Amino acid sequence: MGYTLNFAAVWRNFDDLLWGLGLSLLLAAVAIGLGCVLGLVLAFGRVSRSRLLSGLAGLYVTVFRNLPLLVLVLFSFFALPQMGLRLSKQSSFVLALALYSAAYLAEVFRGGLLGVPQGLREAGLAIGLTQTQIRRSIVLPIMLRSVLPGLGSTFIGLFKDTSLAAAIAVPELTFEARKINVETFRVIETWIVASGLYVVTCSILAALLRQVEAKLAISR
Amino acid sequence: MHGNLLEIHGLHKRYGSVEVLKGVDCNVAHGEVISIIGSSGSGKTTMLRCVNMLEEFEGGTIRIDGEEIGYATAGGERRRKPEKEIARQRALTGMAFQQFNLFPHMTALQNVTLGLRLVKKMSREESQALGETWLDRVGLLSRKDHYPSGLSGGQQQRVAIARAIAMSPRLMLFDEVTSALDPELVAEVLQVVRSLADDGMTMLLVTHEMRFAYEVSSRVIFMNQGRIGEEGNPKMMFASPKTERLAEFLKSSRFD
Repeated sequence: MGYTLNFAAVWRNFDDLLWGLGLSLLLAAVAIGLGCVLGLVLAFGRVSRSRLLSGLAGLYVTVFRNLPLLVLVLFSFFALPQMGLRLSKQSSFVLALALYSAAYLAEVFRGGLLGVPQGLREAGLAIGLTQTQIRRSIVLPIMLRSVLPGLGSTFIGLFKDTSLAAAIAVPELTFEARKINVETFRVIETWIVASGLYVVTCSILAALLRQVEAKLAISR
Repeated sequence: MHGNLLEIHGLHKRYGSVEVLKGVDCNVAHGEVISIIGSSGSGKTTMLRCVNMLEEFEGGTIRIDGEEIGYATAGGERRRKPEKEIARQRALTGMAFQQFNLFPHMTALQNVTLGLRLVKKMSREESQALGETWLDRVGLLSRKDHYPSGLSGGQQQRVAIARAIAMSPRLMLFDEVTSALDPELVAEVLQVVRSLADDGMTMLLVTHEMRFAYEVSSRVIFMNQGRIGEEGNPKMMFASPKTERLAEFLKSSRFD
């Protein structure tokens, strides 16, 4: 196959890839952070006794979980300005990913909420705690501990989804890699390095999450 | 401190079309220790759970020191009290559950201090001191930093009792606190309950421990099909039951 790998051109532009990776992480962190907050609200809505709340939360999950993220990203970037909401590339991507991740996280959290034994809520009530105090001090911490393993995979999946921001020219890792690809024609080398960065980053994230999990685990 | 601590009048409770409590009347004086016995489905646990509003009820009133629990009647209309008010009223009673229900993410001490901090608004130091006092009282001070998963069933139940009693409730409710325990762990829990009774704590115990009911209670209530079938002094009741149902129930119960 007469092709000799030559990474020199990629290393020259390695800084750009790292900056791209940094932006990917930042986008993911902000979007997932927002998604967690919204996802929690949705999860509590879905398990609430109010038909209206659980219906609305269910509708949200149905809509946003069944939309391809790329469609959501394009909608947010191209259609929202037409509707009067003008956001930067980065912001419109964060918005799309946050809304999308909230639907997935809501389902993860809902599963955790259903797993908290009713008896613990009653024990909280019996010592005079209010519903709000029970949610904050008992239900939430127990739920979060139980969903951590699943949450890790969801976070990593969402981090990888930041590569779709390349579609609207947000200069994150995939976008930077494509730029280097086009400018240097070192196609194979560029994508090997970019892939490596994703794999290494995700592995580190996974290891960190496992540590958090071990630290917070309810000792058995 | 005069009159009755607890007054239950005409208590009715239904689950859908099933009427579980069909008009229960019961007064409890300060310092009384009352065992509630009866076969499963007789309504004894439901009655206990109505007293601290873990169950809603459709008819009748429950009063603690004269204060109506859970509902207010104004102009002939019966309304559930606001959640905050109900939470405050629940703290008037303490409850221990069959399944212990300790918070699994908290140590024994944290289980006991949670209510002290959030409900009684005590400082960290104050709540810890009181929590340790009560853990010591149930013989578990050395286990204060253990999580529930590291405690035996009997130890968990003793922590759960400490958690309830630390809130200084006026009335303790015990819901079959030994039913989920291995036989060899029952005694240590009953010992704690007995010592609270000796201290003059007013308590209602739903129990299957007939010997314990016999020895500790000032009065026994026999629940039968959603009503009080018979009540009285345990020695008289167990020796000469007035109703056929109680006689049968006692015959089928173990006294050990």
